[in-house]
Amino acid sequence: MHSADRLARLFLLPLFLFVAAFFLLPMVRLIGVAGSGPNGMAEYVAILTNPRYVATLVATLLLSAAVTAATLAIGTVVALFLARNRFWGRPLLVSCLTLPLAFPGVVVGFMVILLAGRQGLLASLSMGLGMGRWVFAYSMAGLFAGYVYFSLPRVLVTLMAAVEKLDPALEEAARSLGAGRFEVLRDVTLPGIAPALMASGAIAFATAMGAFGTAFTLATRIDVLAMTIYTEFTLNANFATAAALSIALGLITWAVLALSRNLAGSGVAAAG
Amino acid sequence: MTAPTGAAISIAGCGKTYPDGTRALSPVDLEVKAGETLVLLGPSGCGKTTLLRLIAGLETPDVGGRIAFDGADVTALPIEKRNVGMVFQSYALFPNMSVIDNVAYGLRVRGVATDARRAQAASVLAMMRIEALAERRIDQLSGGQRQRVALARALAVRPRVLLLDEPLTALDAALREHLRSEIDALLRRLAITAVYVTHDQAEALALGDRIVVMKNGAIAQVGTPREVYFQPADDYVAGFVGITNRLEGIVRNGRFETAAGILRVAAPDRAKARLLFRPEAVRLVSPADATLVFQVTQVEFQGPRQRVTLNAGDGTRIIAEAPADLPLSAGTAIGLVLDANRYILA
Repeated sequence: MHSADRLARLFLLPLFLFVAAFFLLPMVRLIGVAGSGPNGMAEYVAILTNPRYVATLVATLLLSAAVTAATLAIGTVVALFLARNRFWGRPLLVSCLTLPLAFPGVVVGFMVILLAGRQGLLASLSMGLGMGRWVFAYSMAGLFAGYVYFSLPRVLVTLMAAVEKLDPALEEAARSLGAGRFEVLRDVTLPGIAPALMASGAIAFATAMGAFGTAFTLATRIDVLAMTIYTEFTLNANFATAAALSIALGLITWAVLALSRNLAGSGVAAAG
Repeated sequence: MTAPTGAAISIAGCGKTYPDGTRALSPVDLEVKAGETLVLLGPSGCGKTTLLRLIAGLETPDVGGRIAFDGADVTALPIEKRNVGMVFQSYALFPNMSVIDNVAYGLRVRGVATDARRAQAASVLAMMRIEALAERRIDQLSGGQRQRVALARALAVRPRVLLLDEPLTALDAALREHLRSEIDALLRRLAITAVYVTHDQAEALALGDRIVVMKNGAIAQVGTPREVYFQPADDYVAGFVGITNRLEGIVRNGRFETAAGILRVAAPDRAKARLLFRPEAVRLVSPADATLVFQVTQVEFQGPRQRVTLNAGDGTRIIAEAPADLPLSAGTAIGLVLDANRYILA
């Protein structure tokens, strides 16, 4: 019994080394770097007092929250429809909807430019209609579109599985008791898929908080946290601020994931 | 709680064909009297659940079908407008609500104020003798408790029709029997119109005022439990309801001739005939006193009686019930007497 325990602990060694090498050491180093600037450990306070960083932080949070809400709303509607209807071409449609999973953020950014850039589809369409040139690719709206597109498949797959697992008799029971469509949705369907909404919403939020590729392609004029971190340490060689912002980004995202995991009571994995 | 008044259900020409062309139910006509308990009995895929879902309003019948409650056409009404109570095999209790909130749900969507609906729900729980469970979460309940809650929830809205879809199938045998007699007493006390779907013939015989035996999407027989049991319309009904013995033979000169011997019958000559009878319909006597003689192959003592397996000589197996004190042993010959009103010649 005892030797078996020791053996089991031995097998845990690679895990421990992995965590130490790729998680603990970099984190400690990051915390150290953040304190190595001219402000010392006050750097953490500096990022909360500097209006530009605070604005970036708030903008990133709002963007991520909006992306999460929009993705969940679209995802729920599409998942309910796809899980309950069988029609010709459905498997193809489902696989098309999961296509964004195959693209890196840069490609998603490129697609947003093709859609809403200066030479994009919407621009030529609105020009043709004499309504001026519609360009929103390089703004928060472009980033929002890209992130929703990017997050939707992850949310959709999770929600579809949850809807399919829901006992159809639950909704039939509610209807037999006199509940209309809205009441069934509010009282039965949404509570039934709440854990999946929590889990996939957390993933969408974490993805939007940390996504860099799309932001890098689009966000020449807007500041989101990942972009600011990049600019601070590449262009300004401001390692301390970059490190402090990284930790702030990590902590916020981690807190949201932890909170939703607590509320959902099921595993939530970070992604992006 | 005042007794709900059940509605009479009239089903006319209701069939169901799914978009992919599968015909789940051939057009059927059926009348359910107000306050009656009607059992739809049959194996899976016989159309009994489809018929129940048509009555519920969860499915719409094929063009031409009509369903009326107390004479009023409800064919176009969805389930939420029909005021039916429904109980499912999977219980279908809302896991995000407590027991009392489940039971009060139908009143909540009807806009009954919180206090009034909780009081009303509590009285239904009391009637089901499960008031102690009111504040429990659904995952804290046993299977039998869940089905009682589901029944209470369906009854709380005082439905005109109660529809039960295999409500006891998910429970173990002892509990099933217990809850069956509870449901029976309840349905009789409330005098509510109930349609009960099951594949279990014992449940059907015990609960039904009338039984509808179904086969391949059509009605095979409608009758009281006694009619269905003692005068089955055909071979299929006889086989599905209770154990039925079959002897193959011919009818010649008023005699049914089979491998085990002959039996005097009042029937015209026939080259191919089948004698159907129940295990408890026979009397076992000395071979000298009978025209049908079998070999005893197995004797099973069951306390109040014995169950005897007999061989007709051509390999046909017959099950017979005999009094516990009748001396019987495997390998001996035995005579079988069958009174005229206790068999069917098909």
